[in-house]
Amino acid sequence: MNPAIIQMDRVSRRFGKMVLAVDKMTLSINAGEFVSFLGPSGCGKSTALKMIAGLLPVTAGTITITPSKEKSEQDLAFVFQEPTLMPWATVFNNVYLPLRLAGVSRSEAMPRVKAAIAEVGLSRFATSYPRELSGGMKMRVSIARALVTRPRILLMDEPFAALDEMTRSKLNNDVVRLAKDYGLTVIFVTHSVFEAVYLSTRVIVMAARPGRVAADLALETAWPRNEDWRVSPAFSIEARRVSATLKGTLHVDDIDH
Amino acid sequence: MSTTLITEDHAAPVNTEQLAREKREKLLSWLMPVVTLSTAVALWEWVVWYYAIPKYLIPAPSLIAQTLIKDGPSLMVSAWFTVKLTFFSLSLAIIGGVLLGALFALSRPIEMSLFPFAVILQVTPVVAIAPLILIYVDSTFAALLICAWIVAFFPILSGTVIGLRSADHNLRDLFTLYRATPWQRLRYLLAPSALPQFMSALKVAGGLSLIGAVVAEFVAGAAGQNTGLASRIIESSFRSEIPRMFAALVLVSMLGIAIFALTTWASRRVLGHWHESEIRREH
Repeated sequence: MNPAIIQMDRVSRRFGKMVLAVDKMTLSINAGEFVSFLGPSGCGKSTALKMIAGLLPVTAGTITITPSKEKSEQDLAFVFQEPTLMPWATVFNNVYLPLRLAGVSRSEAMPRVKAAIAEVGLSRFATSYPRELSGGMKMRVSIARALVTRPRILLMDEPFAALDEMTRSKLNNDVVRLAKDYGLTVIFVTHSVFEAVYLSTRVIVMAARPGRVAADLALETAWPRNEDWRVSPAFSIEARRVSATLKGTLHVDDIDH
Repeated sequence: MSTTLITEDHAAPVNTEQLAREKREKLLSWLMPVVTLSTAVALWEWVVWYYAIPKYLIPAPSLIAQTLIKDGPSLMVSAWFTVKLTFFSLSLAIIGGVLLGALFALSRPIEMSLFPFAVILQVTPVVAIAPLILIYVDSTFAALLICAWIVAFFPILSGTVIGLRSADHNLRDLFTLYRATPWQRLRYLLAPSALPQFMSALKVAGGLSLIGAVVAEFVAGAAGQNTGLASRIIESSFRSEIPRMFAALVLVSMLGIAIFALTTWASRRVLGHWHESEIRREH
């Protein structure tokens, strides 16, 4: 039995007086889980993720992250919706950033940075600038930067929403492979049912106004999955189940006409 | 349904027309200004000669060139004075603007308390303050320097403040996540983010420092040994030495062009490899 690595206990977040973005969210995530936060826009999934990262203070409640036994410069990494790279720095320097901020010298960091860049298949582009890369490649750099400190927890905030279908499905497979190889605990925010079902071992369906957990669905299919499963009837059944749960949480005005 | 994979690899025909057009455009980009400028000067020379305009009204370009050569040594001394004044004031504007801008960006209270002073300095015409400065400050050079500095300082200050504030919000979050120290944040995030704004402010301030130097000298009406090009212009106008006025004017604009070229070059050097404003598009 895996111990809980992230625990949220009645966590709430208010913006101003009127908006209750997250309302008494209670959740326990175990080490090694691949969890998706799935929901319509405005359901507080990104807000919840930022609170777990410590980038937004909670209004009420507690978030506990079990401290790591191993030493690491950074235990928790975050991948934003945009690649969020420094345009003035090369791919190498972008990936080196977390180690540089932790005080690791360039020569000491060199092999680790190179390994992280190789892991996402961009070795040939180490000296390129972000503007010379495609959207998918930039996102790979962002993932390499997240992995370079060898974190235990990876938080991803709709990272592939802006990418085309082919790139997105390729990156989906890469993320699952990396999560498995590195033994990561992943929280993946998305509004795509198919992405959530394909990637996750568990889907947290969230509802809006106020943002809250509407359903906690475990996906039983063996993980990691392969491309064949994406086009199998089993996938459709799972997607339909998750989709039905999601629809049940929607207000009438959540659906764009 | 059948699928055909295209694997043949013929050398594609080269678009020679496209290459020729690029070459032509490159040639035109420097040929056109040279041709128009030369034509304008030639026209000027011809009009002066044809209508026999006296040299105390409008001197011909050839006469201005002769004056430049004849009065070269004395004009060069004045030009050097103006160059020193301009670059000294620009350097001080950069130092002051960047330091104060960084302070403003780091602390809201400091900005709120000092910003009114910066605005007052900016909106009051330097011509109006200059006589006072000349009364209070003994050394003429120092007084002129202060005037030119006031003009050039504000663009650098506001460029630095806006630049330091323009860092991407997600990148700021990233630096927070990795527990960057304030120094690391400034060095690796805020300063590079501020560079585009700073460089465009520098282009403006470069031109303004020359204007400041010239205007201040006009107001000061300084005469004597240690004076710049503006004094030469005033002095020549008193003596109705119009060709000499033009010669000094040519030197002032050449100095302005040199400053513009220098700041543009610096901007390209600093931003060329990453910022949209300086990246050359291939058509």
